[in-house]
Amino acid sequence: MISTILVIGGGQAAAQAVDTLRREGFAGRIVLVCGEAELPYQRPPLSKKYLSGDLSADRLPFRHRAFYDEHRIELKLGIPAVRLERTVRQVTLADGEVLGYDRLLLCLGAAARPLSCAGAELPGVHYLRDVADVARIQKAIARGARAIIIGGGYIGLETAATLRQLGCEVTVLELADRVMNRVVAPYVSQFFVQEHRAQGIKVLCDMRVVCVEGRGRVERVVCADGSRHEADLVIAGVGALPVTGLAADAGLTCENGIVVDEYCRTQDEAIFAAGDCANYPSLRFGRRMRLESVDNAFEQGKSAALNLLGRQVAHDRVPWFWSDQFDNKLLIVGLSQDYDRQVLRGDSASRSFSVCYLKGRELVAVEAINHSKDYMAARKLIADRTPLNLDKLADFSIGLKEAV
Amino acid sequence: MPRIIFNEPSGVRHEIEAPVGITLMEAAVQNRVHGIVAMCGGACACATCHVYVDGAWLRKLEPREEMEEGMLECAWQPQGNSRLSCQIQVTAELDGLEVTVPQQQGTG
Repeated sequence: MISTILVIGGGQAAAQAVDTLRREGFAGRIVLVCGEAELPYQRPPLSKKYLSGDLSADRLPFRHRAFYDEHRIELKLGIPAVRLERTVRQVTLADGEVLGYDRLLLCLGAAARPLSCAGAELPGVHYLRDVADVARIQKAIARGARAIIIGGGYIGLETAATLRQLGCEVTVLELADRVMNRVVAPYVSQFFVQEHRAQGIKVLCDMRVVCVEGRGRVERVVCADGSRHEADLVIAGVGALPVTGLAADAGLTCENGIVVDEYCRTQDEAIFAAGDCANYPSLRFGRRMRLESVDNAFEQGKSAALNLLGRQVAHDRVPWFWSDQFDNKLLIVGLSQDYDRQVLRGDSASRSFSVCYLKGRELVAVEAINHSKDYMAARKLIADRTPLNLDKLADFSIGLKEAV
Repeated sequence: MPRIIFNEPSGVRHEIEAPVGITLMEAAVQNRVHGIVAMCGGACACATCHVYVDGAWLRKLEPREEMEEGMLECAWQPQGNSRLSCQIQVTAELDGLEVTVPQQQGTG
């Protein structure tokens, strides 16, 4: 009998899991443990409206405290879990408290990948992953502050756009030859670079950061080409790493995340994992994957909760992502990894277009720029594996939905 | 505070006191209206906070913007009175607004 379910983590997956457990009628004890002191909250706004101040702190949590009280979900916030002992099914918290469990769900998330260059530890070098990071950045910026963003991915570019809107001088240093190179087509990278430059952001590619310099605090970033970029603050958005320490120390298999099966179960039948920290097998994609996305965390958290209760709900979804940069919305569905054809619909001059990736006649991914219609149509076409009519697809005057 | 009424497809009716300035979606989520999933948290990126706006209230709302329009076109069973609740700000004028949650969210 399952009387206590322990959830470690306070992100999307954990929040969705505890909600699902109660919705499904689980009446036992639920304890949510999170190293952060805040109620479980949404991360996507951190680099956007929360950083800009447009979204107040009280609108960030998924649920108010009353929800947890009403549904008897015990919260242990601000106290990290430090040890997992599987043989006795116990988790020890940093304050010494020991919690037993019948089922354990690990929603440990991902952490910002640290800069590895010299000077990375200087005061004034920031990351953007949680509300504490945002508070530090907000304190560091002033109108006209010179911000150097290392990394031209989602976090780097969203943060660059927000800081620019707040009146900072912003430079983005990207290692690759184009921004967002791992997630979008070159044409889309080019569009976003133009948009950022039009707003007065300096976007520099092929820039290998050698070190961060400064006496007592950050003063400049030095690149391999000898260029020096004066800075009041530096924000590194150079990727994220799955958080696995608690699991790995307890002997659970971890390889690019905590290894789980399609039911979110680790090799220990009492322990499950979901969200950014979980590496799961996808039947659809025919390989193991670990996704860092709201949609994946939400769905996997939900599936894990159902499976904790003994259901058999396989997690296998078509992932989707979004990014807001100035007034542009980038909507992505699917994974642009296994394809043999790329089709551009529309063009960047209208600031509304999409790039479709096909394998044969099957749509596998779409990047839609300010074009929610193609994006929504693609979500369904990809999920259903509907064969497309390539002539219609190439005609932007025909909706993607009708290109079948 | 303005009163907003959410009807779940099951027939459950929620009368919610919603503070001015938040969105209809936030009011629904905080009050656990079943069927308002709101996965993206209000970014107009998921179409999982779709509602049907009842009767004459539709005219009192700001019209849909292009992004919302596109999201709704391929949402599950869109109607002329479909809206994404994350795109509607609660105002004093909306006191008494009544909306119905569809059977499903996301793509149709």
